[in-house]
Amino acid sequence: MMETLTLLSSDPVQWAWGVVLFWLALGFASLLLQGAPRLLNRLVFPLGALGALCIAGVGAAGLGLPATTAVLPIGLPDLPFHLRLDALSAFFMLLLGAAAFGITVYAAGYFRDMAAGPLALLALWYHLFLAGMLTVLLADDAYAFMVAWEVMALASYFLVTADHKVPEIRRAGFLYLLIAHVGAVALLLAFGVLQGGHGDYTFDTMRLAEMTPFWASAAYLLALFGFGAKAGLVPMHVWLPEAHPAAPSPVSALMSGVMLKTAIYGLLRVSFDLLNVQLGWWGTLALALGLITALYGVIFAAVQSDMKRLLAWSSIENIGVIVAAFGLTLIFYTDGKGALAALTLTALLYHALNHAFFKGLLFVGTGSVLHATGERNMGRLGGLMRFMPWTAWLTLIGALAIAGLPPLNGFVSEWLLLQAFLFTPGLSQPYLNMVIPVAAATVALAAALAAYVMVKFYGVVFLGQPRHPALNQAHEAGWPERLGMLWLAAGCVLLGLFPAQVVGWLTPVVRLLTNQTLVNDGNWLTLAPVSAERASYAPLIFFAVVAAVLLLTYLWVRRIYHGRVRRSDPWDCGYPEQDARMQDSAEGFGQPIRQIFEVFMKVERETPDPFDRKPRYSGASLDKLWFILYEPIARATGWLSEQAGRLQHGRIQWYLIYSFATLIFLLVFTR
Amino acid sequence: MSAGILLQLAQTLLAILLAPLLMGWVNQCRAWLQGRSAPPITQPYRTLKKLFHKDAVIAHTATPLFRFAPYMIFACMALAAGLVPTLANDLPLSPAADVIALVGIFALARVFLALAAMDIGTAFGTLGARREMLVSFLAEPALLMVFFTASLISHSTELPVIVETLAHKEFVIYPSLAFAAVAFWMVSTAENARIPVDNPATHLELTMIHEAMILEYSARHLALIEWAVALKLFTYSALGIALFLPWGIAAQGDAGALSLAVAAMLLKLMLGGAFLAFIEAISAKLRLFRAPEYLGTAFLLAVLGMLIHFLLEV
Repeated sequence: MMETLTLLSSDPVQWAWGVVLFWLALGFASLLLQGAPRLLNRLVFPLGALGALCIAGVGAAGLGLPATTAVLPIGLPDLPFHLRLDALSAFFMLLLGAAAFGITVYAAGYFRDMAAGPLALLALWYHLFLAGMLTVLLADDAYAFMVAWEVMALASYFLVTADHKVPEIRRAGFLYLLIAHVGAVALLLAFGVLQGGHGDYTFDTMRLAEMTPFWASAAYLLALFGFGAKAGLVPMHVWLPEAHPAAPSPVSALMSGVMLKTAIYGLLRVSFDLLNVQLGWWGTLALALGLITALYGVIFAAVQSDMKRLLAWSSIENIGVIVAAFGLTLIFYTDGKGALAALTLTALLYHALNHAFFKGLLFVGTGSVLHATGERNMGRLGGLMRFMPWTAWLTLIGALAIAGLPPLNGFVSEWLLLQAFLFTPGLSQPYLNMVIPVAAATVALAAALAAYVMVKFYGVVFLGQPRHPALNQAHEAGWPERLGMLWLAAGCVLLGLFPAQVVGWLTPVVRLLTNQTLVNDGNWLTLAPVSAERASYAPLIFFAVVAAVLLLTYLWVRRIYHGRVRRSDPWDCGYPEQDARMQDSAEGFGQPIRQIFEVFMKVERETPDPFDRKPRYSGASLDKLWFILYEPIARATGWLSEQAGRLQHGRIQWYLIYSFATLIFLLVFTR
Repeated sequence: MSAGILLQLAQTLLAILLAPLLMGWVNQCRAWLQGRSAPPITQPYRTLKKLFHKDAVIAHTATPLFRFAPYMIFACMALAAGLVPTLANDLPLSPAADVIALVGIFALARVFLALAAMDIGTAFGTLGARREMLVSFLAEPALLMVFFTASLISHSTELPVIVETLAHKEFVIYPSLAFAAVAFWMVSTAENARIPVDNPATHLELTMIHEAMILEYSARHLALIEWAVALKLFTYSALGIALFLPWGIAAQGDAGALSLAVAAMLLKLMLGGAFLAFIEAISAKLRLFRAPEYLGTAFLLAVLGMLIHFLLEV
């Protein structure tokens, strides 16, 4: 017994595969448990969370170990699944496990009121989704990768359409499925190019394949397109603000927090591990796309009035920041600046991990709001901090973290990225080294706008007066939900306070991809990349000073003066007749941004007549790219299928003639 | 080390105690320039004392966040004041945060103020929060770009190293810093709610930004916010001095250098405050939607400064 245990523990890939099987079994078991709804309610999600915790542990352990492989005799004959767990996979497994643990614990409480039938299906897809994502990280051949990728896409499609009776949700699901498959086709082609004519689709052969820069570029572009479609890079982002809000909140959290990161994983795997040629312009392209995505995402986040849609757009922004970091890493790496590539890669991985935590937290926070009020439109929320303090305070941590405020985690990764931008004068390419620090301005602008978005999100939903009388009955989330949120919030705080440790954990991944490590010149308290003379940041001291001053001031004011408080009506410049509708609505708060960035939007507004006794206002700022780019494509597709439809008469004679003509054609041309 | 900590404490306390004096000085200069009889320079202290003695009146609907925010804002500003070298350069707190983190501290305080303003749910509060975030989302990147220009010159984002490079190395004129200085001035007026972006003396609903956010505050909470505002003005002035007029800041903590540093700082602050009052007296407040143009100009100037650094100084 002991021997098997040590055997297992020495081989993390076995553990990981074990969890995949466990999740699959759990998913199918939940179908059988339909007859026992209590058991289904109480057991399935907590066990799933246990699996996630296990994966986080395996990932953490795998970071320090050499790569391990396994071959599984499943799949087609002579085409087994190859699995491999190296530091890169281990890091993303850690991300998956840690975020999915909190989210799944939350889900255990969130889905408690569902009927047994739908719940069993949901649990099935949920665990299939988790298993699919994990297998994507483990796959070591294109076949296993694509199978896992499709399982992930399909399971998440069914999760998005869980509420399939609503037409908008069906439409969102269809759009998601469509773009996911366009992306998957691009990935399939990318792997086809990568195998370089050997006919062997294992990643090991791809690593060794000799490639000309042309074919390498083709593979890279296909991969960027395919993974970009999954990650929501502009202009392939249109599905994201539709699909993520449509799903139940814990699923939105998983999709935004974790699934988008599998695309980042794929991008890193293909461009740093599989492709043995890298070109500088790849990085420039990715940097430009990333910056555009970041800015585009945050601008649209600022004008949303649906809280989940706002968060989905904010995910696009964060993916943009991550892809920009990826581009910068490639630029540094191809320029021979290994140490700087290590710095940007660290920023990238750090931000990916951070985003998993704070976006997961914010999405489940909106889930609690949705549960308590049944309302997603921020214009009908407000004042929830008084009724649901746990949710409100924990969500506040997430909102401050995503706004990039110290001493929380979002700040650390942005800080690292901005530091990297300041090193670009060392680049050997002329002009590029000048333009890139200016690109830092874009990142700074996106970060500042993110703060705007979060003040809007938090202020409108949780602060102020309830905009609807029914909100006074809003109830606090249950204990499993609170625990899940607490875990994610703790992650945001700890990742923010101990950056030196986190950077230490990331070292094996960074070394694997760039053959360099990021030197931390500080001690355990201080993060000082490259050298302490250049830059340093010690969040713990920062936090301690703020806390100390806060406490001292509080005690001093109480001791010297007094703590007397009198409650009264709000002052508001002495204006007596005010009600909750005089607060800014969500549209109102976003109005300045709409006015400044109107070029990107198609604004549809319906303003009421001043004499209307029952005025109705509606406003929507729509994505112009949809009308410029997607509608023509959709129209062209419609036209083409109409033309193709002319061939279809429904008469058997014609079909026989088609078959005959095809046969003749093939006989003539394939001799 | 212990001397360093003492010096650090002394500098921070000095900033906290002197900040209302600077505010009083600016108000006094402004009154003179406007031909009014000026309040005494100690007026801000009297106001603070009065406010601390009063009973706090808080709206029924206020959450704990509303009462927590003033302390938070004050603590952030105290930390910022401790980080900026006003008297001596290499202080023990400085490795804790560089210029980017300093921008982060200001952002943290601002977000808390905006959230607290939205907490009561009055029309003016949300209006103020929205306008404040509008001004800041342009001002913050511009400030960061100003710092980046200085950082590119000194190859560091650490304030002591920047000051060291600009003050104590051989005397070089950097054209990029001229652009950065103009941008910094524009940003600081916006960030400190001064004319032309905001008017600290107004309670006219159409124009107010900062005042709209703190309308609901009274007594000790208001006092802490007012103090934090004064401290912010002080910190920004000290930052401007440290970046663009750093001569006189003591490199080591000996008595002679320090007393010289105190004298130099007081002189520079006096001149800077008078200049601020002068600019405020001769210019008018901008319409709100002109503010993005103003700040956009600041942003472009800062970026231009950075480009000029690459063209001329590398």
